[in-house]
Amino acid sequence: MKRQKMIMISRRDIMYLLGGVASTALFSNYALAKPNLALKRIKEISKNNVEESDLFLDVPEIAENGNQVKVSFDIDSPMTNDDFVKTVYLLADGNPAPNVAKFSFSTDMGACSATTRMRLSKTQNVYLLAEYNNGKFAMTKSKVKVTIGGCGG
Amino acid sequence: MSKIKPRGKVPKKASVDEIIEIKTLIRHPMHSGRMKDKNGKNIPKRIINKFLVKFNSKQVFVMDLEPSISTNPYIAFPYKAKETGTFDFEWTDDNGEKYTMSRKMTVS
Repeated sequence: MKRQKMIMISRRDIMYLLGGVASTALFSNYALAKPNLALKRIKEISKNNVEESDLFLDVPEIAENGNQVKVSFDIDSPMTNDDFVKTVYLLADGNPAPNVAKFSFSTDMGACSATTRMRLSKTQNVYLLAEYNNGKFAMTKSKVKVTIGGCGG
Repeated sequence: MSKIKPRGKVPKKASVDEIIEIKTLIRHPMHSGRMKDKNGKNIPKRIINKFLVKFNSKQVFVMDLEPSISTNPYIAFPYKAKETGTFDFEWTDDNGEKYTMSRKMTVS
C-alpha cells in the first residue's frame, strides 16, 4: 500500500513539476547570458542616445596583474565655454560593479585627459563614455586580457 | 595599518597658457568589501570615494571613485596655467575623513 502511494502523482503535481523545470531552465539561461551591466549603465546615463566614437582610451592589451591596470584617456576637445567635455565615465563589464570612476571636467583644465589605475577581475571590456556640454554622448571600448584577476574574493 | 598619506607633483613654475600635468597619489588600502583577511573574514568596504581639486578656491576637477579603483589611487590630470596660485587637493574617505594637500604654482 505504502509503495503505491509514493508512485501516485496527481495532475496538479505534474504541473508543479513542469513549472519547476521551466523556471530552472529560465534561471540557468539567465546565468549563462549575464546582462552586460556596463552597457545597461551607459544606456541609463546617456538615455540611449550614444554614438560610438574614436575617443582615445589607452589600456594595455594584456594585463598580467588585474590589481593595477593603468587606464588613461584623451578626448580631443577645445575645452572652451561653448564646447567642452563635461563628464567622463569609466566602466567595465566584467567586474562585480560596472562603475569604475566618474570624472567631472571644467574649462579651466584646457584639455580633457586623465590617468588612473583600476582593478579588473577577469578578461573584459573597458568602456569610456563622454558627455559633452551640448548633451551629446560618445563612447568607445577596449578589451583587456587579464592573467590574474584583481578584485579579491 | 599604514598611515594614509597624500602625495602630489605639481610643477613649481609654468608659463601662461601652458598645459601642465598634475600627478597625485594617496596611500590608501581601498578595501572593496570583497577581499578577505587571513582568517577568512570579509574586510569591510572602505575606499576613497571622492577626489576634489580647487585652484585659488575655485573648483576645477572632481573625480568620483568606485571600488574598482586600485589600492593607492593614482590620479593624473591636466591643467591650463593662467595665473599664480595654490592648488588644494581633497580626498574623502568612506568613513568621512578628509585628507588634504596644497601646492603652490608660479606662473610667469
